[in-house]
Amino acid sequence: MSYQLVTELTILVLAAFVGFEVISKVPTLLHTPLMSGTNAIHGIVIVGAIIVMGTPHPGLFMRLVSFVAVILATANVVGGFVVTDRMLEMFRKRDEPRKEAQ
Amino acid sequence: MSTTTANLLYLITIAAFILALRFLSSPRHARLGVQIGAAGMLWAVVVTLALNKVVTGWWWMAAGVLIGSVIGVVGARKVKMTAMPQMVALFNGVGGGAAALISLVEFHGVWAHAGDVGVERGIATVFSALVGSISFAGSMIAFGKLQELVSGRPITYPGQQVGNALLFVAAIALAVVAMGSIEFWLLAAAIGAAALFGVVFVLPIGGADMPVVISLLNAFTGLAAAATGFVLHSNVLIVSGMLVGASGTLLTTLMARAMNRSLANVLFGAFGKIVAAPGAAAAGGDGASVRSTTADDVAVMLAFARRVVFVPGYGLAVAQAQHDVRNLAELLEEKGVDVRYAIHPVAGRMPGHMNVLLAEANVPYDELYEMDTINPEFPQTDVVVVVGANDVVNPAARNQPGSPIYGMPILDVDKSQNVVVIKRSMSPGFAGIDNPLFYDPKTVMLFDDAKAAMEKLIAAVKSV
Repeated sequence: MSYQLVTELTILVLAAFVGFEVISKVPTLLHTPLMSGTNAIHGIVIVGAIIVMGTPHPGLFMRLVSFVAVILATANVVGGFVVTDRMLEMFRKRDEPRKEAQ
Repeated sequence: MSTTTANLLYLITIAAFILALRFLSSPRHARLGVQIGAAGMLWAVVVTLALNKVVTGWWWMAAGVLIGSVIGVVGARKVKMTAMPQMVALFNGVGGGAAALISLVEFHGVWAHAGDVGVERGIATVFSALVGSISFAGSMIAFGKLQELVSGRPITYPGQQVGNALLFVAAIALAVVAMGSIEFWLLAAAIGAAALFGVVFVLPIGGADMPVVISLLNAFTGLAAAATGFVLHSNVLIVSGMLVGASGTLLTTLMARAMNRSLANVLFGAFGKIVAAPGAAAAGGDGASVRSTTADDVAVMLAFARRVVFVPGYGLAVAQAQHDVRNLAELLEEKGVDVRYAIHPVAGRMPGHMNVLLAEANVPYDELYEMDTINPEFPQTDVVVVVGANDVVNPAARNQPGSPIYGMPILDVDKSQNVVVIKRSMSPGFAGIDNPLFYDPKTVMLFDDAKAAMEKLIAAVKSV
């Protein structure tokens, strides 16, 4: 097993603990925005999509596959963040001024 | 290769994502958190573009980002809040699909150069390809079920579980052989088989259980992204993917617990297929009858109550009556009534969905009470108004061991002084179970559409 893999596994395990710790503090009130927010975060695969799109590939087919990956990942990131922001914008306290939705 | 520099710069993104989740602990900072997260994402994209020698395909990349952004923005802006679960499923699916395609392209590079993939990278490639593909296809079916493009009822046939298991094993076998022989098309076939498995895996699960499935697939996509991180040696993918994996796992467990069912039962139980109602015979059999009432009577009850608790369910959202409920609540507050909202953890179609729907209708979030907070308050509550909710207030969950929902935590509305149930007819709820609450002597039924009922109640309360 390579040193790099061990380091990466360490990061993975620590991230799991951080994840459980941080997420368990999110109130049920915000579970839907949490779900769509984490959805946006896994859009980080856009980094991978950019990397594979940027490396030269023999043939058009692989370029098309990378192209689709870029589209999907971007839709994931942009859509995820926009919709989460849109939801959170609506939450207000009793005494805060009302933002009419309609 | 600038992997080290990239990983160093990605630390900013990692910190931003963790902060984003941290800020979600309170509705006050939540929005700021999401904006920090989005900034972190933008930073990661900029770093990737700057450091990776993008040899070819600039125009492809620009076009892909443009198309993806348009899809994302239009989808996110147009979607109705009631359709949020579908939207989450859709965005989740495309992320999983992207992860699967990335490992396919990476593997193609190895194949084209007649290289060797190695055991470690091979495992990561197989994982992200298969799990990403399952997540993509499964999410699309979940989307279809919630959007009612596919039947929401569980679709079952003989030998289903065995067939699914065989398909799953076949997908893994294909992928493993692909890694061993460095054969590109075998991995492509494995991804196809995994997608097929994703479809048949979600089909037998009922529409009511889709939120659990979406949450589980959310965790899957996160783990697929983390595996992609192992393939590309990118720490930001590993951390972000795992954060999502943890979140999805936690939410899936919470939801299954709120429905008092095991995850295995949700996934393989085909819940909601057989609409046998053991409660129906019991409740109807003792000669118990239902008391029907009018909006005017209810208005008097409400106007002279000290405390009124609304229990909104998905039926309320379907009827688009959230704004009317808020108007009625404000009217009652002007009359000095203490108004609260009791939100069951699985009210709506995903956890926290009802909170979003009420926030959209401008209900302040400090009037929304979670189940554990509001349950001890019901005995001191004069009137509970149940609008479009059914199973989450079904006392059979507490006292009928034979009931399919027995043991599920519910809102104890039957402990309050009076219960008003607004419902179109006596038909059973999403889970197909009869509700003894309707036959309770304290309960009156107002048979009407939720929106129409609210409008009548508003008019009636005004004239009290």
